[in-house]
Amino acid sequence: MAVTSTKPYVGVPRDRVENFNGKQIVYVGWDQHMLFSTPFMIVVEPGMKLGDMLQNAVRPLMQPDPDAPAVDFGKVEWLKGKQPWTPNFEASLADNGIRHKQQLTFRTPGLNTLGAAGR
Amino acid sequence: MDMTVAKKKLGLKEKYKLLTRDLGWEPTYHNKDEVFPYVKYEGIKVHDWEKWEDPFRLTMDAYWKYQAEKERKFYAIIDAHAQNNGHLNITDARYLSALKIFLQAISPGEYCAGKGFARMGREFPGVGTQVACQMQAIDEIRHAQTQIHALSNYNKFYNGFHAFADARDRMWYCTLPRSFFDDAMSAGPFEFMIAIGFSFEYVLTNLLFVPFMSGAAYNGDMATVTFGFSAQSDEARHMTLGLECIKFMLEQDPDNLPIVQNWIDKWFWRGFRLLGVVGTMMDYMLPKRVMSWREAFEIYGIENGGALFKDLARYGIRPPKGWDDAGKALDHMTHQFMLALYQYQFGTAFHSWIPSEEDMAWLSKKYPTTFDKYYRPRWEHIKKLKEAGTPYANMGLAKLCQTCQIPTVFTEPDDPTTLCHREVEYKGETYHFCSDGCQHIFEKEPEKYIQGWLPLAAIFQAPLNGDLGAWMEWVSLADGKDNGDFAGSEDQRNFEAWRNQATSNQ
Repeated sequence: MAVTSTKPYVGVPRDRVENFNGKQIVYVGWDQHMLFSTPFMIVVEPGMKLGDMLQNAVRPLMQPDPDAPAVDFGKVEWLKGKQPWTPNFEASLADNGIRHKQQLTFRTPGLNTLGAAGR
Repeated sequence: MDMTVAKKKLGLKEKYKLLTRDLGWEPTYHNKDEVFPYVKYEGIKVHDWEKWEDPFRLTMDAYWKYQAEKERKFYAIIDAHAQNNGHLNITDARYLSALKIFLQAISPGEYCAGKGFARMGREFPGVGTQVACQMQAIDEIRHAQTQIHALSNYNKFYNGFHAFADARDRMWYCTLPRSFFDDAMSAGPFEFMIAIGFSFEYVLTNLLFVPFMSGAAYNGDMATVTFGFSAQSDEARHMTLGLECIKFMLEQDPDNLPIVQNWIDKWFWRGFRLLGVVGTMMDYMLPKRVMSWREAFEIYGIENGGALFKDLARYGIRPPKGWDDAGKALDHMTHQFMLALYQYQFGTAFHSWIPSEEDMAWLSKKYPTTFDKYYRPRWEHIKKLKEAGTPYANMGLAKLCQTCQIPTVFTEPDDPTTLCHREVEYKGETYHFCSDGCQHIFEKEPEKYIQGWLPLAAIFQAPLNGDLGAWMEWVSLADGKDNGDFAGSEDQRNFEAWRNQATSNQ
């Protein structure tokens, strides 16, 4: 039973992509970099090049972490959802198969200044 | 002539019977299912409503008398507090943040509980149940009202109190308690009783009231202490009603057990998430602290809750599913919460701050295995950023949990260096969660939770369409006054100036 109800009931999701004026949500997380409380919520057009989104929307948000300047997006390990993934920075989000509300996570093994005490 | 003398006084039991029996008539031209249409769909089987006893047997006339007496005392103290500038007796203006969160996030919950119990007073068929729910409905509205009145005095002097109702409806951190109560109010009557009557009132209320009211006393806030006392005497009645309800369900039919257990699992976890805010106030926002969140949870959660679940074991009830995960989170959650509040402080109608050296020393003492190892380095770095003139703000906005609706700030139960990442695909859409507990709740009733109004996603939809200035106006947040760092705030300056005036000749 998908909901306890007195009669058949179908819910309407509030966050469908068509409610975002032609944009979509992408979550981008930096593994082990806990200065940032959650993955960043980025709202952009699906036609935007992945590389542009990372440079223009994500990189500025990473600045407060001392490791930020050392990150080369081309050399980090990527996850799409929970699966290892190879991004194409020149292709659009849509062509990279990045769906609405999808989470991308990048890992920078060996690079973790603020987390060093925690390991 | 012989006169029949009326019996002078009715006994309590007799009076209760006379004053309530008319609610229990047998309908003749409708069947009972039509009169009480919501009492069966949750699957709870009841064979004999007479078995539900209201142990207090309080009648309306007695109820009015008690409550009126409490109100008289309460308002006398509130008046004295206002006339004597009681707001200047608090330890420090940082304490006000705890009050602002209470007013924006918790008091409206009292009002919701009032609405919910008013409905339950109508939906339950048993007379004892109806009367008890109606009185609790009035109690809850009284609590909301006395809290708002007590705190209105602070609104004359400080920022962040002026728009608590807008905050409750629209603020991103307020959707945590809001979604808790919306979830309960849109559930059936029995689930509502487990959510509010049992989980909230019985298992968790001590964690909310005792540390918070002691916190108020420790920090010189007579107004809050007074509403605490005024409310507390009702709580015994509420707790009894919640416990009575759960025992009634379990005694009526063995088929009720799995349904009740499922609700206990769900509402324990929702309540635990909600209390994370209270824990954060205790650990970080009280200038003079009573005990740590961990210590409070050990006493009121683990000891008292443990004893309760032992008692319920004879019905086949086991401790809630999230119990172990809750235990693992105790040393981390308030630090994770406060770091989040600090980095998003441009969007909060209260102030947050970097803990002082003294605060951090206290935190390391109270959280010896985690604070220095995981959280102090982050605060030290944030302090460095501030000193360098580039104060830390996370403008990336947060990923929210579809169930509890708070930012997904919590880590894996067994790995405090990795954020918990849980996602579920349902009818082609992706949904994210902060924990296994919240994911399980979603998976049991996805059609309910896909409708969740996530406040940060809402900023990018009509009518705000991504305009942060319009958002501030819409949530009634006065930029530069209500939000931001406590250090340098108008509240800090005013409090210091007024207190100096009151205590010196300057």
